[in-house]
Formats: sequence, C-alpha cells, structure tokens
Amino acid sequence: MAGVNRLPRGGRIDRAKPVSISFNGQTLSGYAGDTVASLLLANGIHLVGRSFKYHRPRGILSHGSDEPNALLSIDRGPGKIDPNNRATVAEARGGLVTASQNHWPSLNFDVGAINDRLSPIFVAGFYYKTFMWPRRFWDRVYEPNIRAAAGLGKSPDGPDADRYGNRHAHCDVLVVGAGPAGLAAALAASEGGKRIILADEQAEFGGSLLHDVTSTVDGTAAQDWAAQAIAMLKARENVTLLTRTTAFGYYNHNHVAMAERITDHLENAPDHLPRERLWQVRAGAVILATGSHERPLVFADNDRPGIMLAESIRAFVNRYAVAPGRRIVIATSGASAYRAAADAHAAGLAVTVVDIRLEADCGPEVAFVRQKGIDVLTSHTVIAATGRKRVTGLIVAPLGSEGRVGARRTLAADCVGMSGGWTPSVHLFSQSRGKLRFDDAIDAFVPGQSVQAERSAGAARGSYDLADCIADGFAAGDPLTARPRLAATPSLTGFQPVRILPTDADATRVRAFVDFQNDVTAKDIGLAVREGFESVEHVKRYTTTGMATDQGKTSNMNALGLMAGIQGKALPAVGTTTFRPPYTPVTFGTLVGPAKNALFDPARITPIHGWAKEHGAEFENVGLWKRAWYFPQGRETMHEAVARECKAVREGVGIFDASTLGKIEVVGPDAAEFMNRIYINAWTKLKPGACRYGLMLKEDGFIMDDGVVARLAEDRFHVTTTTGGAARVLQHMEDYLQTEWPDLRVFLTSITEQYAVIALQGPKAREVIAPLVSDIDLSGEAFPHMTVRTGFICGVPTRLFRVSFTGELGFEINVPSDHGRAVWEAIYERGRAFGITPYGTETMHVLRAERGFIIVGQETDGTVTPDDVGLGGMIAKAKPDFVGKRSLARPDIVAAGRKQLIGLVTDDPSLVLDEGAQIIDDRHRPVPIKALGHVTSSYWSAACGRSIALALVAGGRERMGETLYVTTPDSFAAARVTAPVFFDEKGARVHA
Amino acid sequence: MRRFSLRTLIAEAFNAHQGWERQWRNPEPKPAYDVIIVGAGGHGLATAFYLASEHGVTNVAVIEKGWLGGGNTGRNTTIIRSNYLYDESAGLYEHAVKLWEGLSQALNYNVMYSQRGVLMLAHNVHDVQSFKRHVYANRLQGIDNEWLTPEQAKAFCPPLNISRDLRYPVLGGALQRRGGVARHDAVAWGYARAADALGVDIIQNCEVTGFRRNASGAVEAVETSRGTIKAKRVGVVAAGHTSVILARAGLRMPLESFPLQALVSEPVKPVFPCVVMSNAVHAYISQSDKGELVIGAGTDQYVSYSQQGGLHVPMHALDAICELFPQFSRMRMLRSWGGIVDVTPDRSPIIGKTAVPGLFVNCGWGTGGFKATPGSGHVFAHTLATGEPHPLNAPFTLDRFRTGRLIDEAAAAAVTH
Repeated sequence: MAGVNRLPRGGRIDRAKPVSISFNGQTLSGYAGDTVASLLLANGIHLVGRSFKYHRPRGILSHGSDEPNALLSIDRGPGKIDPNNRATVAEARGGLVTASQNHWPSLNFDVGAINDRLSPIFVAGFYYKTFMWPRRFWDRVYEPNIRAAAGLGKSPDGPDADRYGNRHAHCDVLVVGAGPAGLAAALAASEGGKRIILADEQAEFGGSLLHDVTSTVDGTAAQDWAAQAIAMLKARENVTLLTRTTAFGYYNHNHVAMAERITDHLENAPDHLPRERLWQVRAGAVILATGSHERPLVFADNDRPGIMLAESIRAFVNRYAVAPGRRIVIATSGASAYRAAADAHAAGLAVTVVDIRLEADCGPEVAFVRQKGIDVLTSHTVIAATGRKRVTGLIVAPLGSEGRVGARRTLAADCVGMSGGWTPSVHLFSQSRGKLRFDDAIDAFVPGQSVQAERSAGAARGSYDLADCIADGFAAGDPLTARPRLAATPSLTGFQPVRILPTDADATRVRAFVDFQNDVTAKDIGLAVREGFESVEHVKRYTTTGMATDQGKTSNMNALGLMAGIQGKALPAVGTTTFRPPYTPVTFGTLVGPAKNALFDPARITPIHGWAKEHGAEFENVGLWKRAWYFPQGRETMHEAVARECKAVREGVGIFDASTLGKIEVVGPDAAEFMNRIYINAWTKLKPGACRYGLMLKEDGFIMDDGVVARLAEDRFHVTTTTGGAARVLQHMEDYLQTEWPDLRVFLTSITEQYAVIALQGPKAREVIAPLVSDIDLSGEAFPHMTVRTGFICGVPTRLFRVSFTGELGFEINVPSDHGRAVWEAIYERGRAFGITPYGTETMHVLRAERGFIIVGQETDGTVTPDDVGLGGMIAKAKPDFVGKRSLARPDIVAAGRKQLIGLVTDDPSLVLDEGAQIIDDRHRPVPIKALGHVTSSYWSAACGRSIALALVAGGRERMGETLYVTTPDSFAAARVTAPVFFDEKGARVHA
Repeated sequence: MRRFSLRTLIAEAFNAHQGWERQWRNPEPKPAYDVIIVGAGGHGLATAFYLASEHGVTNVAVIEKGWLGGGNTGRNTTIIRSNYLYDESAGLYEHAVKLWEGLSQALNYNVMYSQRGVLMLAHNVHDVQSFKRHVYANRLQGIDNEWLTPEQAKAFCPPLNISRDLRYPVLGGALQRRGGVARHDAVAWGYARAADALGVDIIQNCEVTGFRRNASGAVEAVETSRGTIKAKRVGVVAAGHTSVILARAGLRMPLESFPLQALVSEPVKPVFPCVVMSNAVHAYISQSDKGELVIGAGTDQYVSYSQQGGLHVPMHALDAICELFPQFSRMRMLRSWGGIVDVTPDRSPIIGKTAVPGLFVNCGWGTGGFKATPGSGHVFAHTLATGEPHPLNAPFTLDRFRTGRLIDEAAAAAVTH
C-alpha cells in the first residue's frame, strides 16, 4: 500500500498501477489516479510550502482548482519545468520531480519566516508608508529586497521543450462542467442531434459525484448514474467530450476559450501530442454548470497545515482513499460538512464536529451523524488553531447569549475540516458580462440577467441539492421538453453565514486569514476600511486580497462579508469585484500555440526569393516580406557589395526583385474619377499606355503613399504602392469607395501576389531584354520613359513598364508570378554577357537617393506634405477635391518655416552621417537646442565619390549653401546644404 | 494629515494600527466650488493636488462616476519614460519624469517609482533609423536616451533573445535609464490623500449628467447624479469617456475610444530587471515588485467603450513575448483586463481650453498617459488656476487639429507610445 495514510479500500485510484514521484528530493509512492496533493497526504505530508508575504508554513487547503496554498515547482524533464503548479490539480505520474517554493534555505527552516515575526509592521499597505528615505534607496536597496522576498516559484530559465496546439470549434451548445448538472444538461441537449461540446477541468467527468459514495440517483448509486450518463454521451456522435479542459475565458459573441491539458499526466507522452491545446469555441448557446466553491472559516491561525476545507476531506477520503488525518475535527457553520464527517467516520477516522450554529438552527444532519457515534458540539466557536507546521488541535469554546464566549477547551486534531458555506462559481457568467444578483437565502451572488446566449445550471446558480441540480441541468439542456424529475438522496444544504468566528481573544492580536496565499488577514480588511478604502476594488488592491493565483476563489466572499460587517452595510451594497479571465491561470505557450519561430508571423517571399537565397543574398524584413538586401560576393562587406552593385547599375545593367511592391487594379467606368479623388495628381487626361508618378495623402494632408500608376485602358489603372503600404492603401481606397463614394462604379483588386516584378536597370537594360521580348517595340521613340506596354517576354505575357527608380534607363517587367523565376533566370542568363548584376534594396536606396527620389516612410514620416518634399507642383490645382486637399490649406501647413527636403554634403566627404541624426545651425549653443530637422537618408555614393545625405530642414530651400551641423555619435559634423539631387541633375539618363 | 514614516509605522504596530486616519474623506458635495475636476483618475487627482499646493486654490472638488483610481490609472502597465521625439512632447514628459523622481516624498506616499530603465527594441532598418533619430533628438533636448547594440541590450536584459534566427531579430535598442515603472494605485491614492489634506473634496459615485451655462455661454455649474454643483471653472479629465462627457456640453471632440488590454503572469522570483518595449512585434513587459510579469497588449481594431477586448489581442502580445523571451513560454497568464483609451488624430494629448468659456479639458493620452500623470496634473492645474496654458502645454491645444500644427509622435516613430 502506497503511503502510511492510504486507506485500505475504496477510492477511484488504480491500485494496480503504482506511481512514485519525488518531493523535495524524497521519493514517495502513490497510485495512478492520485493528484500530487493526494499522494503527498497519503504519505503524511501536509507542509508543502511557504506563504507569499509572511513565509508561514502552509498545507493543502482544497482538492481542486481553487487551491491557494499548495503550489509546487514541477519538473517533467529537460525544458519542462515550471513553477506554481497546484498540487491539487497536477496528476501524479511516474517521473515527476516536485519541490516546494518560496523558502530559504529549506521548507522546514525558512529564514523568510522572520517576516511573520515582523507582521505587526508588515500590515496591509505598509510599503506605501515607508521606504521613502533616502530617496535613492528605493530602487537600490528597498525594492531589490522586497522583490527577492516576494514572488512564489522560479521562472523557467530555458526554452520550453513542449509544443502547444490550437483548435477552433463551433457547436450548438457548449456545456462547461460535467458534474450532475452538466451531465444532465449535455444529455438533454444532445438528444435531438445538436452538436454539443462538454468540457470539464478534471481528469474525469462527474464533478462532485466523484467523491460522493453514498448518494443515489434514480435508485442507483450516484456514481453509477454518472457513469451511465457518460457512456450515453460517448455513444452519441454529435457530442464532443473534453476532460482536463478548463473553460477559462468568456468573450463577446459566445466566444469561449478553453485550455486542454494533454500530456502533463502521461509518463511517456507520444511526441506527436502537444502539451496543451487552446480551444476557441463559438457556441450557439452556453450552459455554465461550473459548480460552487466552499468557503473557509475565518479564525485565528486558520492557515496551519492540516487545516483544509471540509468537502476536501471528503474528496481525499472517498476519491483518493487517503486519510488526511487520524483525528479529525470538522468546524462548520452549515450542513454539508456533516457528510464529510460521516464519510471520514465511515473510513475509520476519529471525527468530532464543531458547529457554530445553535442546535435549534441545525437540521437533521446533527442527528444523522450523532447516531453514527460522532461527537457534535453545536453553538461552539473556534478560538484558534494550535500547532505550527501541522495543526495539533482546535481551541473551541461554547457561545453564550449576546456573543459571549464561554470556557475554552482544546480538541486534539491532526486534521481540521472547515466549512463556511458555499459560493456559486459565477466567474464565467460574470466574464460574459451578465449581471450578478445577491441571493440572501444562500448568502451569495448568483447569475442574474444574462447578456449573451447563456444559462447557468445547478450549483453554479445556487441550486445545491443533487436532485435539483439534475433537474436544472435537464431544463437548461432542453428547455422545451419536460423530463421527469429523478429522485436523489437529499443533499445536506443550508448554512449560517459567518464572516469571522466569535472570539474572546484581543481582536487586534488575532491573525485570522482571509486570503491564504497573499497573507491577508481579517485585520488587514479592517485596516483598509478604517483608512477610507470603501470600495471593494480599493480594498482588494490595498490589501491584495483576491489577487493571488487562485483569484480569490476561497477568499472573496469572506472579504466582502468582513467589509460589509465593518461598514455596517448589507453585503450586496458592498458589491463584488470584476471577475476577469482567465478562470484559472493559463500557460503562455497554450495561448501562443503554433505561433512561434517561423510561424510567429508568416514570412512573405517572392517567386525570386529562392534564387536570391541561392545567390547569397542577405535579406531584410520589410513588413511581412523578406527582401534581398544586398548580394555579397566572397568576403565582401555590405559597404563593398553595395558600392559594386551601384557601379554595375550606373555603368552596365542591374537586376532587382521588385515583386513586393503593392499592386492594385482600379477598374470601372469611374476609375479615373476615383483616381482623381484619391491622388493629388490629375488622371483624366492620362492616355492609356502612359504612366504617372502618383502621390496620395491622408485626410490630414500628409503624404500617405506613392507609386507609379499605369493607365492600361480608359477604365483600368495598374496602381503600385510601397511595399509596406500595400494593405493600408487598399484599405484606404476601399474605405472611401464603400463609405464616401458608393456611387462610383469602381472595383479594386489586389494583384500584388499575381505578378512578379523584375526591375532591369542600367544603360544596357534594353539590349539585355531586346531578344526576349515580343510584340513590343522597345525603341526609345515607340516606348519612351514613363509608358507601359503589354506583350510577351520569354513567351510569357507581360505588362512591361518603362520606368526607373534608379535614374537609369530601365524596365519593370511584370509577369505572372508562376513564371517569375523562369523569366528572371532567362534575363539573368542573357545578361551575363553584359555583366548583369543582381542588386538588393540597399543599392536601390542609394541609387534613388543620388537622384533625390523620396521613399515614403523614410523621407516622410506622416508629418510631411507634398510641398515639404518639393512635390507641391504635382498637385492638380484644377481638381475640385481630393483626399487631404482641405488640410493643405490649414494655417500651419501654409506657414513659412516648414521643414523641407534638401541635400546635405559633409565637409568631410568620407563621413556617412547617421540616418536620424539631428541638424542645428550653431554647434556651440547649450542644451536644450532646438533642432532644425533631421537626416532622412544617408549613404556612401560611389557615383559621386563621396557621402551624400537627404534631410528635412526648417526653411531648407532658403538655406542653399549654408553650413549646418549634424549630430554624430559623440559630436557634430559640418555639412553644406545643397539641392536634393546629387547625380545627373537634369535627369537625362532615363531617356537613353 | 498623519505623516507616513517608518517611525509612525512602528508606533502604530504597537497600537495595533488603530491610529491611522482615513486617507481621504468621503464628503458630501458643497453647493459651489472654485474649480471642479471631472474624473478622479491620476491626472484629475494630480491636477487637484497641484491646484491646492502650488496655486492656493483649495476650494476644489474632484467628482468621479465610480471610485477614485478605478479607470486607466489602475489598469495600465505603468511604464514611465520621456524619450519622445518632438520638443513639445519631450518637454511635457520630461517635466513629468522630474516630478516622478521626487513624488513619493512630495506626497508622503511611496509610489515606488523604480528607475530600472526602459529599453525599446528595434527589429528592422526602419526602427533603427527611427530610434537613432530619437536618441539624437533627446541629446539636443538634454534627455537621457542611448543606443544599444543587440549585445549591449542582452547584457542589460539577460532574458532577451538576440538570436539572428528570430523572425524579427533584435537589431539594437534605445535605452532610457531614468525610465521605469511605478505602483499605479499608489499614485491615485497618494494624490488623493495629499489633495484631501489640503482641503480638496473628492466626491466618488457622482456622475456628471450635464453642464449648465450662463447667459454669456460660460460654464457655471455641472449637473450630477448628486445634484447641481456650481463652479467657476471646470476641467474634464475623463480619459476614455471624455468624448461622452463633453458631448453633454455640446462639444464634439476629435477622439476615438478603444479597449486596450494588459495581463499579468503568476508571480515568480526576480527574473526580469527592466522594462522592455517592442513596438514592431508589439510587446511590453516588466516585472512587478510582487513578481508578476506585467505585459501590455494592443488595442482592439474597433472603437468601443467596453472594458473587454477580444482574446486574440493578448494572444498576439504573448506570441511576441515568447518570441523575445522563450523562457517565459511555461509561465501562466493569471489575469487579463482592459481599459478604455481615448486617442486623438495625432496621438498626442489635448490639454487646454475648449470652445466653452470656463470649460477646460485634459484628454487624448491614448495608450501612454500614466507616465505623464504628475506633469499633466501640474500643467493642467496651472491652466485651470490662471485660465491660460502653462508653456509646456501651450502646444497641446484643441485648435491644432484646425491649424495643422500637429504633434504626431506616432507618425514620427511609426509606433504607438
């Protein structure tokens, strides 16, 4: 038998499958079906961690996902270690290496426990009141020490060896929670063939029935009823069953996110399985059968290891066959804990019940356990727990009239169960933005008005009785069909709300915990209210109650109750904090799923990408695209490669992949009118076959994008955009077309990916393609600069542009993408005789800068008008309107002194300025100095034999010949203002 | 006001902390005030504090629909920096940083301004150009900001992945060492306590329903859910709901409101020493003193006044976090939430007069208002006290959208901020 406290019989563990795990270096045995928590308890271990602030010894409080204390680091192999795992959720299996957290040097002896001695100082919010002197000590002394003491486990320090999945699903009904209400709901909902998903966070379906060994449903054992229900659901093809799947977030439009744990519980998980999977479900309707949480009782030292929720004792005994203690005292203010008492007694454990309620206020539960021989002390309070690292007893006292407390006595105990009643789990309902309603009868917030297509069922809406739960589940799953009510063992429900147990001790000395993980005591709540923190959100933030990793599942109602009591308000008047996703913590990796490495953001590549890669290109990221940056040969540096590529284009011929440029076809009878309104230029008179450089503005009058536009026919324009702006421009056009000018008969189609674009530039460009082109007269007269022709190249249809962004004779050859690489290779082969040189984006940038052509996003930054960059003359003055026209007339846009595009040549011709460098007119001025502008582009120009730069400078065009000063990493450099063109000033070469 | 100090804290430890006073009163509104501030977030409370402490205007009410500090002040990722591009913005944010540096002492409330450094990562050539432009501009402005190589960035922030194989490799970064984070709630509470001590009435659970104007058109009172309250001047500082409130004064503001989301991880021991912002891949991260990784996500694509955004937004932020810091893949998201940010066309705030005499506005801080809290309150207090803008907020007029004198930080940096 694995573990000294393992019961000889019972439980849902598989005694044929022993497992052993390591805890703090000690090897412990248990069985398949154990959680780490039940396995530890089976081995007599209650002390499993230290609390957040005071480093108090802490044990296992619960048996489920509401656990605040038992947080362990779990190592499942290399790259598979993570902190803060709830021992009550982690399934035990061979090979787990677990360790307790937040202590030094050891769990048993923790130096940090000094904080517990200092707790009279370390009250809620103490850090707001001190650590302010001397000023520089905060980030150097106080904060590092506070940070080192805080935190729980340690972050992993290496990459994650696991991978994660992602799945989208649609269903008619999503049922969250597979306890009695959820099973009933799924049964009813799936009968008619609707698509149902049933998800439950536990390893098995059944919910509370998994530890209910005495109830019956419809004449059979409740667990058998559940098993039959599950079997029926499994048999239905329209039902998807998901265990170990936590619905953690409820978003708009019935979008529910769920995390499925797939391999953590497997000792030898197949490689093909992800560790966890994110389910994003869109459900026609959602049924929340999420059950309820038991409330702890608030009394002095209620956090000692060995003190747990009463229902958890029942779960450990019945489901895991573990005796959490041999002498158990159950302290309760309600009926349900009597079941725990009875079940523990039936397992042969000594049990005493202490009930806060008057005997007369109790129900049949008292007689029910007394007849089994269990001692019940009604009308008793708990003064305190004894013991430090393990509870040794409870000091109890009878309650007299008017709150008087009688003589104390100590009940020896090695385990204490406590129950302060129940709280429906309304987290997901609240996330769905449904309104909560306070139900006095059960002293809890319950779902009120739904906002989405959602319904809560069973204990999640405060319906605790087993037969009620099942009936409510049926009604939720299929509201249209009346089903007979199944008889079931009456549940023991009903409790007396008690915020803090009466005591005769000095209340100012008592440390009764409300939030176990964050070490918030009832006193802290009182202090916060005393200091004027009246809102529940204020108290939460000031004391940190409810902000621990359990998100207040066990603490919120007690904190609210205490606040209400102190403020003399009814509990609903205090309100509740907002429930925020996730319901339980979700692994980052699960939310990331496959979106990592190459799939973090899919890379867009051109048809010529492979060729560039084979030819040694270095790439740069431009938006989503990978663009060839330069083509180093041998051991060339970037500088050398670019100088060589530039020279080749100026003197011979270069080939460049321009496929990433955005391309949009604007088609329709009103295409020209549409173009007139979108661009600053005039389009009406542009002849088919002609091209024009177009510039578009945002509404604010600033340059948005640019590109060459070809008119292919009266009603058809081939528009090009910048690489990064393609999607933005199409969206901008569609926005106007659909919302402002729906009357225009125009269609917009992105053709970016339909065409590969090969730019062939340089004096020999025509010679290279001449033999490859058919159906087009390439002569300068027939096919001048800034025109477009259609024909064939290498037998492939082409839209052949005669355009140039380099200042040389050039062509941009558009061919269908599938033929892109073949045509490229054919041109390259043909060009070898002419010294054809592939070049990348960096060379393209240099060549255009030599000619003073702007790049939108480099020379412009969203604050630049056409006139600022010297393109004011392009504005078609006669047009009645275009996007941005009105803004160009604003006073500050027409005022003098705007920054204007100019050229800069440094006094030292070898100095290449930094792009982004700031420009001033007097280098001797003290800081702060008003800058005149900045360098937008800066390169070494092989053609000029010196560095060149473009800059935006206030009043720049009036400053020709002036010497200005430009920041360098550690000083300033002198530079002379010139026109923004450095090569072929007249622009004659393109007409060659 | 009972002073906070280690001495009083220890004294109270022996007194079971029974002697602490309320940090602020909960007064009934008076019939009239010199100044009413609408919105008890950090900016509004700071405005009240500086009105009282610097301008002697103490007959002030701050009225708040919900609870003080319950909006974006208590929801943001608390990043503080001043390395903005334009002189106007840099001046305003640097003013704030200087106030941050002495704020705990000025308020006698530990707001935990931790100057652990803000590192902004460059992932492409355009980022490099843009960040260097900032670094150079800040040098001329006298504001610290330095360019780091990828290796230097890694040394400053050891968890950072600077592998060249990243989808968007880190090409360098701009570091402002004086930048950092602060404890957001403490900022609201500290200002509230200090303003209250100077006589300011903070009136919570009081919603503005309208504005009353006199014959000349000037504001003379605000109508609230708790009655009409007269005021000589009114300043609206209501973040995402400014547009709604000012609509009640007949003003249409150039604002759009979006949900902006953030999340925290479970707390862990110190693992992340600084603040890292990456606009290109969209991730913002620091570690709180409690040990949680605090992660900023983006805004939803659609305008909304709902404090709930879509799941895909935090998912995308986590994609980026795990890309840059792969060791955090097994950490867990503990809590996620949203706030409503009000965004202007040029992504810079509006601080100054409106077309209605006596009605002033401080809004449009978008996704980055927390860092400006002290500076914003300080200059807005000047504006409300004198009726004219402080030189630092003079450029941030509402009128600039008419004249075209925009302060477009986002366009300049091609980023949110």
